[in-house]
Amino acid sequence: MSTRTANPMWSALASAFRTNKTSWVGFVMIVLIILAALLAPVLAPADPIEQDILRKLEPPSAESILGTDSFGRDILSRILYGARISLVVGLASILIASLIGGALGVIAGYVGGRVDRLIMGAMDVMLAFPTLLLGLMIVAMIGPSLQNLIIAIALTEIAPFARIARAPTLLLREREFIEAGRALGFSDLRLMFVHILPNIVSDLVVMGTLWMAQAIRTEASLSFIGLGVPPPTATWGSMVREGFEHILDAPWLAVLPSLAILLTVIALNMLGDGLRDAIDPKLRRE
Amino acid sequence: MLRYVAKRLLFTLPILFVVATCVFQLARVVPGDPALVILGDQANAEALQALRQRMGLDRSLMAQYLSFLWDTVRGDLGLSLSSNRTVWSEISAVLPFTIELTIAATFVGVVLGVPVGVLAALRRNRVADYVTRLLSLAGLSFPAFVSGILLLLAFAVQLRWFPVVSRIVINDPLTRLHNLVLPSINLGLIMAAYVTRVTRSSMLGVLTEDYMRTARAKGLSRRRIVWSHGLRNALIPIVTVVGLYFGTMIGNSVLTEIVFNRPGVGKLILGALQSRDYTLLQGLMIVFAFFVVMVNLCTDLVYGLIDPRVKAR
Repeated sequence: MSTRTANPMWSALASAFRTNKTSWVGFVMIVLIILAALLAPVLAPADPIEQDILRKLEPPSAESILGTDSFGRDILSRILYGARISLVVGLASILIASLIGGALGVIAGYVGGRVDRLIMGAMDVMLAFPTLLLGLMIVAMIGPSLQNLIIAIALTEIAPFARIARAPTLLLREREFIEAGRALGFSDLRLMFVHILPNIVSDLVVMGTLWMAQAIRTEASLSFIGLGVPPPTATWGSMVREGFEHILDAPWLAVLPSLAILLTVIALNMLGDGLRDAIDPKLRRE
Repeated sequence: MLRYVAKRLLFTLPILFVVATCVFQLARVVPGDPALVILGDQANAEALQALRQRMGLDRSLMAQYLSFLWDTVRGDLGLSLSSNRTVWSEISAVLPFTIELTIAATFVGVVLGVPVGVLAALRRNRVADYVTRLLSLAGLSFPAFVSGILLLLAFAVQLRWFPVVSRIVINDPLTRLHNLVLPSINLGLIMAAYVTRVTRSSMLGVLTEDYMRTARAKGLSRRRIVWSHGLRNALIPIVTVVGLYFGTMIGNSVLTEIVFNRPGVGKLILGALQSRDYTLLQGLMIVFAFFVVMVNLCTDLVYGLIDPRVKAR
């Protein structure tokens, strides 16, 4: 714990919040979205998957604030519940990707030599696949489900995390405190994951915020293509897909969930962007 | 220069080999019998056996892998399972439409992104800079299908300036261009957001360099200093982003083609997914990965052109 509080990166992150308005706005937005997702059962005026065929394609009104879809389901309720899918997929895939990618990057940077070339070569190959298409291919092969989406999106985002973790590790391994640890007879594993990792966690967190935005966008895109969590579960991407069929007579069906996706991605990007400015030494100096 | 090109080219071969191996593996993680997955559980035994034979599934995995590699090297991507045409003829029939779209979008992205980024850097921390930064952050947050739907609603449904469904009339270049406008603006605006940001930060770095002060001291015009001394030195990160963006652009073009109902690789992928055409998907992945690797190679080569020092390394 002491390595963490002594880390200037964390105080830089804290000061980013004090000075950077963009990250504040992003932070508040994302907290509101998380609250909406958590409180969906309380906030939602109706059951998100209950159909009412007599009330289909109703425009926004006093009865249903955002209208109803082609099955007569309440759109506000579906957007609130859809937030859960987006956030869960985004968060879980980023956790997996940052754990695996972060560990690979630290190992590559710390051990160096042949191991480094092997790991980073593998990462180069992964980067040769377009993110969305790799996700699409994996989901098409293993089938669409919440768990498979998380796995597929996590796989597409391991490589960037490995790169982010490797660069600072290369610098850190030459520092005195690692030298001292070696002199004390600490194992490589302990040096890598107890002494180096805490120093790069803030980089991983910042990039995690930005890549979570990317993960949510990928999930929405896959759902839009028809490879999301299967119906009748409400997901933003599949709501846009269903609404797109009524683009001429009921445009709000596609527009409202689109805005939900957009606001969430913007919020995460604003938060991550402000935080990155704060920890980037080049920008801090300016 | 030739040695540099040869060296870079040689470096891409192992990547392409591993990519092909990964795609082969990926296409075989389907749980159960692929023939059963494709034909469904109502299929009779003979049909299943025939399909297995056609796909070469009755041979050993190693034999399948070797013949797959050999075929891929020769440019033979196999037969599409759903149409009986070769995978390459399926892809090459629609590829020009996608290439046309990505080139037009790259044009929009660079022509819009670079000048805006340079101006934002020159007006650092003033209103124009803040507006640019906010807009570009919003721009790169757009999933391509969301921006596509909003553009479609505004310019095709409301204003009726463009057709709701893009029709490609090969004989009429004007109609074809007209149909290209909205999709390429959709793809191009998102790309412009990335280009603007990297241009801005790269120019900010360059503007403080000593040679810029020297150029000012020599009495060169401001325009000359910014656009020829400044931008030329800021170019490498910009080219990197344009190159790296290509992978994202492929995904975005798939979504754009679906929204604007344009013929192209996007709709081919959609069809392949619906008909569970795994050889077609496999072929598409190889073609795309090949393109990404080639674009990265070109990016490296362009470095050599921009900065002669890169070649020497």
